[in-house]
Amino acid sequence: MESVVHIIAAVLLLTGGFFVFVGSVGLLKLPDFFTRLHAPTKATTMGIGAILLASMVLTTMRDGRLSIHELVISLFLFITAPVSAHMLAKAALHRRVKLLDHSKNAQLAPKAAEQKTPE
Amino acid sequence: MLSLTILQGAVLLTSTLVVVALILNIWRMLRGPDITDRILALDTLYINSIALIILLGLYNGSALYFEGALLIAMLGFVSTAALCKYLLRGDIIE
Amino acid sequence: MKRWLPMPLHTLLLLLVWLLLNGFSAGHFVLGGFLAWLIPLLTAPYSDHQNRAGKPLVVIRYVLRLLLDIVLSNIDVARRVLKSNRSLQPGFVAFPLALQGDFPLTVLASTISLTPGTVSVDFSEDKQWLYIHALHITDEQALINDIKQHYEKPLQEIFSC
Repeated sequence: MESVVHIIAAVLLLTGGFFVFVGSVGLLKLPDFFTRLHAPTKATTMGIGAILLASMVLTTMRDGRLSIHELVISLFLFITAPVSAHMLAKAALHRRVKLLDHSKNAQLAPKAAEQKTPE
Repeated sequence: MLSLTILQGAVLLTSTLVVVALILNIWRMLRGPDITDRILALDTLYINSIALIILLGLYNGSALYFEGALLIAMLGFVSTAALCKYLLRGDIIE
Repeated sequence: MKRWLPMPLHTLLLLLVWLLLNGFSAGHFVLGGFLAWLIPLLTAPYSDHQNRAGKPLVVIRYVLRLLLDIVLSNIDVARRVLKSNRSLQPGFVAFPLALQGDFPLTVLASTISLTPGTVSVDFSEDKQWLYIHALHITDEQALINDIKQHYEKPLQEIFSC
């Protein structure tokens, strides 16, 4: 039983580490600000989620009672990640950050910045 | 116990991945080019450091680290929000 | 009742979170209960009326669907990040909203930010349009229909608006 839990936790940890890593690679590698915004906000929530799940499984087994601390942290991150992504996007639009040249519908960006309707 | 060895190996390997991720974030933070990129890198940096603290807690078998992780999560979110607000309005508290 | 316990659900939730964080014991029950009573009492004047969520079954289905989509979107985004980024076709999409009300719109925008390669950027002033940035657009209309079908419809059902 114990070894099964260990293996599950190890797999979860490695999955989480992989997604955290890919998120940061994306942050470095993607071509413009808005594409860079995607990598961390997604890959990182998933990465942290998997690592926290592994920690939850291990702590629950060690202490013999349900450990919920981790759930609170991941819930908090899942609620705040979209909000900070939204605020960053808003700030970038406000500053007229340069878009990738072949972005689709680039004419929508100034309209979004001023909260106008698209037409 | 083979499974325990695997688990310890997984913890160490994951920590390595997270540390490399932190270095990549710092690279992006130094490179910019725009200030929003730097804030985004800072945001990612604190989220990744939560992962590192959790891993440290697992490695040492202590539950105390969670309080630190929770604090970083909250302060990080508030600071990102405050920095964005500053860029948008030139003022944090209106 | 209404005056001394303005938000019973919030009180219950606060007490539950307090107990989960600090462990179940009589002392924490008293302290947590006191705080869970005091905090809603102090903050109730600041919260305005919001649309109430109903239909717990639809909510559960929505959350499960969201979790599944988060996992799938992560795999998708990870693949796109690791591949050559030359072939990426990022862009903006204007999403016509049928949903009304501040809280339901917040939930929809957060959901969009958490799922496949999309981040919600901003609303238009009249709250009729939501601007979305997508990492890779193949078919704009398909993306809009997808969001409408999977997220907006269930949310309209949940908040009945």
